[in-house]
Amino acid sequence: MLVQAIIKRIFIGVVTLLVVSIIIFIGTSLLPGDVANIILGQMATPESLAALREHLGLDQPPHTRYLMWLGNLLSGDLGMSKAGTGVGTVGTEISVMIQPRLVNTLRLAGMVALISIPMAMGLGLLASMYPGSRIDRAITFTTLSIISVPDFLVAMILVMVLAVQLGWLPSIAYMSGNETGWQLIRALLMPTLTLVTIVSAQIIRMTRATILNIMSSPYIEMAILKGVPRKRIILRHSLLNTIGPIVNVIALNMAWLIGGVVIVETVFAYPGLAKLMIDGVQTRDLPLVQACAMIFCATYVILIMIADMASIISNPRLRHPK
Amino acid sequence: MASLLEVDQLKIDARKDDGSLTPIVKGVSFNVERGEVVALIGESGSGKTTIALSALGYTKPGLEFTSGEVRLHGQDVISMPSEEKRLMRGQKVAYLAQSAAATFNPALTIGEQVTESPVLHGQLNQEEANQRAMELYRALELPDPENLGKRYPHQVSGGQLQRLMAAMALCGNPDLLVLDEPTTALDVTTQIEVLKAFKSVIKQEGSAAIYVTHDLSVVAQIADDIVVLYAGEIQEHGGAEQVINQPGHDYTRRLMNAVRPPPAAGQGDEMTGEHEREVPALEVRNLSAGYGKKINGVPVTRVLKDVNIAIERGHTVGVIGESGCGKSTLARVMSGLLPASQGEVLLDGDQLKPDLKDRNRSELQKVQFVFQMADTALNPRQRIDQILGRPLEFYLGLRGGEKRKRIAELLDMVELPQDFAGRYPDELSGGQKQRINLARALAASPEVLLCDEVISALDSIVGANVIELLKRLRKKTGVSFVFISHDLSTVASFADEIVVLYAGRVVEQGHVDQVLSPPYHPYTRLLIASVPELRLGWLEETMETQEAQAGIDRVVQITEIGCPFYDRCPIAIEGTCDKEIPPIRKFGQSHQIECHHNENEFLN
Repeated sequence: MLVQAIIKRIFIGVVTLLVVSIIIFIGTSLLPGDVANIILGQMATPESLAALREHLGLDQPPHTRYLMWLGNLLSGDLGMSKAGTGVGTVGTEISVMIQPRLVNTLRLAGMVALISIPMAMGLGLLASMYPGSRIDRAITFTTLSIISVPDFLVAMILVMVLAVQLGWLPSIAYMSGNETGWQLIRALLMPTLTLVTIVSAQIIRMTRATILNIMSSPYIEMAILKGVPRKRIILRHSLLNTIGPIVNVIALNMAWLIGGVVIVETVFAYPGLAKLMIDGVQTRDLPLVQACAMIFCATYVILIMIADMASIISNPRLRHPK
Repeated sequence: MASLLEVDQLKIDARKDDGSLTPIVKGVSFNVERGEVVALIGESGSGKTTIALSALGYTKPGLEFTSGEVRLHGQDVISMPSEEKRLMRGQKVAYLAQSAAATFNPALTIGEQVTESPVLHGQLNQEEANQRAMELYRALELPDPENLGKRYPHQVSGGQLQRLMAAMALCGNPDLLVLDEPTTALDVTTQIEVLKAFKSVIKQEGSAAIYVTHDLSVVAQIADDIVVLYAGEIQEHGGAEQVINQPGHDYTRRLMNAVRPPPAAGQGDEMTGEHEREVPALEVRNLSAGYGKKINGVPVTRVLKDVNIAIERGHTVGVIGESGCGKSTLARVMSGLLPASQGEVLLDGDQLKPDLKDRNRSELQKVQFVFQMADTALNPRQRIDQILGRPLEFYLGLRGGEKRKRIAELLDMVELPQDFAGRYPDELSGGQKQRINLARALAASPEVLLCDEVISALDSIVGANVIELLKRLRKKTGVSFVFISHDLSTVASFADEIVVLYAGRVVEQGHVDQVLSPPYHPYTRLLIASVPELRLGWLEETMETQEAQAGIDRVVQITEIGCPFYDRCPIAIEGTCDKEIPPIRKFGQSHQIECHHNENEFLN
């Protein structure tokens, strides 16, 4: 039963990824103009365009091009950058362009996850243990305020306070790639703080709501009437039942950290993957856009899949069938 | 020596959203002596659960103790500091809730939950607690006591879970047990066993108990003392024998009158047959149905098998059986909510499309469904006139003044004042909501009403009134009823024909008087014998009979070979009943039993 459920979930994940790849491929082909246009510029003759298209395989029917692209993707070949930005990226391998950016993004996301997940779950737990208390109201009020403010504003406020007024941290997080430990942490600190604030707010609220929901169920009332201490009621009786929903919120937030943080990256001039994709869109570097989009979508699909598996495994009905 | 528990002038209020207080319990006093079972009896809203919970120094959220004391061993548990309350709960006073399924934590093993309290309180170490739990499992006659603790709540049956809850309460050796409607959600057959287990365990352990219920027949079996409550006040208080045999208070007598006599022949209405026609109003032939994916046209989970029922115009067919036997599925198939996998449904002799979506408007109009829970069946955001107006517009095309007039008539028909039209369902009581639910179905001017457990959620007095209403409606309108219930007494007093379902098969059907008198199918006999009677000592007598022995709670399964009732049947013939599908035996007109025994054997 359990193994079956997990295999089924993995299968659904793979199918989702395939569908996503088709959507990305169609989406990028709908953009006006193709790579040949971009490379040769507006002054190109129809003959040279046709020749380049043939050279690049762009004259093939769409499904052949899709299969070729997918095949290359699966064998790890992300293709060549097809657009120039004036700094000579034409002909650079996309994997080479992506690799340092991906490392930066993962580094930032990792830092944020490491700090925010335990902190947010702890605060959510704290708020739910004393509903209506001063601590609970303070936490609820703060998180609601943070969620309501757009992320760039959170970033700006932090810059204003920590960088401009107090001068503790640099206001941008430029990375040359040669930073050593302390410099690296210093550079990462501002974006990390911003993202931790945003991500934690959501996880705190969800943890609190989920635990409170379970705390009003009859089996918790029973535990109270059995004389079980409050701490044990929350840690043993309710936490196990909250794993499913909470893990899902965490997974959604982690996926957002990989692909959705372009504004925060821009504010801090942080060289992450999301910013690379925006650059790719601006220069109409379609293979780059496709590759980035695939990475983002795959992150979402895989993280949600892991979250679902966690809730499948935490469900005693599936773990111990009749 | 003082009593074990003294409830002294207890007052409890409910705090509303606007901060005002409404009294729920209005100065109640009674005592519980050691080794004594005191029953709190009353309808919903009488405050019986609230009073019972006060013995643990606990109130539901939104309620507050205003004055009075509840003294356990002479010490007030209401004013007790919370840490002392915690130590007292589970150790000195233990609680058993109505629904064990909701009371067990789905994520923890049964063993952990049963032994948790004494281990946490330091009464026993884990090993001793496991030992004690195992003894209790044995005493409660639970299967496989050695390994039961390692299982999860979803892995045992409802009746077993209910008994496990008793084990959970008793594990800490409490001085006082608080039982809150512990058998209300169970089938009669399971109820007997659970009652018996509770009674013998309470006696064995010598603990006192407060037993909360609305069911006088159950009280008669288990209580030493009875406290009758109405609207937060004590109406009558006395020994069980005195209250039951010589009730001193009007309200107690009204409660007693609402208890239907045990099912027997001759209780149903005399049918005139004035509405009858050539063809039955609704008929199902060779019907099979189930849930889940279909393989070769047969659903994975089969629920109904080869069901044949005809409902004559103006007649009422009662469908009876334990939970899981397929009663509700039958109604769903008739209404088209669940398309049958085989067989046909005929309305007025014409075949109906299996799926609701394919039926035309007049076919939809003629078959209406009355759902069990009026609370969830009525849209809380619609006024009563909107709820009743919709079918009038949709089926009959009524608008404006005509519609208003008809709504007024419908309210009249279900005996509610006409100004209810402007109210919302939340402003109505449970019984009133069920009347609206009924009026909604009647608004379509149907020919067949499918009533699925329509009075199960109602208090006995309210439920009895709804049944009286249904009887008058039947006479007036000539509507045919399919009346589904697990309560044989209700069916006996309302239906004129009974269909007994077991494991998705019709094991017996016929006129009420025929079904409720010999010859019986052994399953019908078990059902009849399991209905608790309002007299002391019934439980002990019944436990001696072979019918009760067969009531042992087992998983009901659809069988491909043999009789589905084989492993519970006291008169099963080995080699025949487990191998061959039983034949249908006809006894006189329209009475039939599906069994291997023949008529002569039945009459013995």
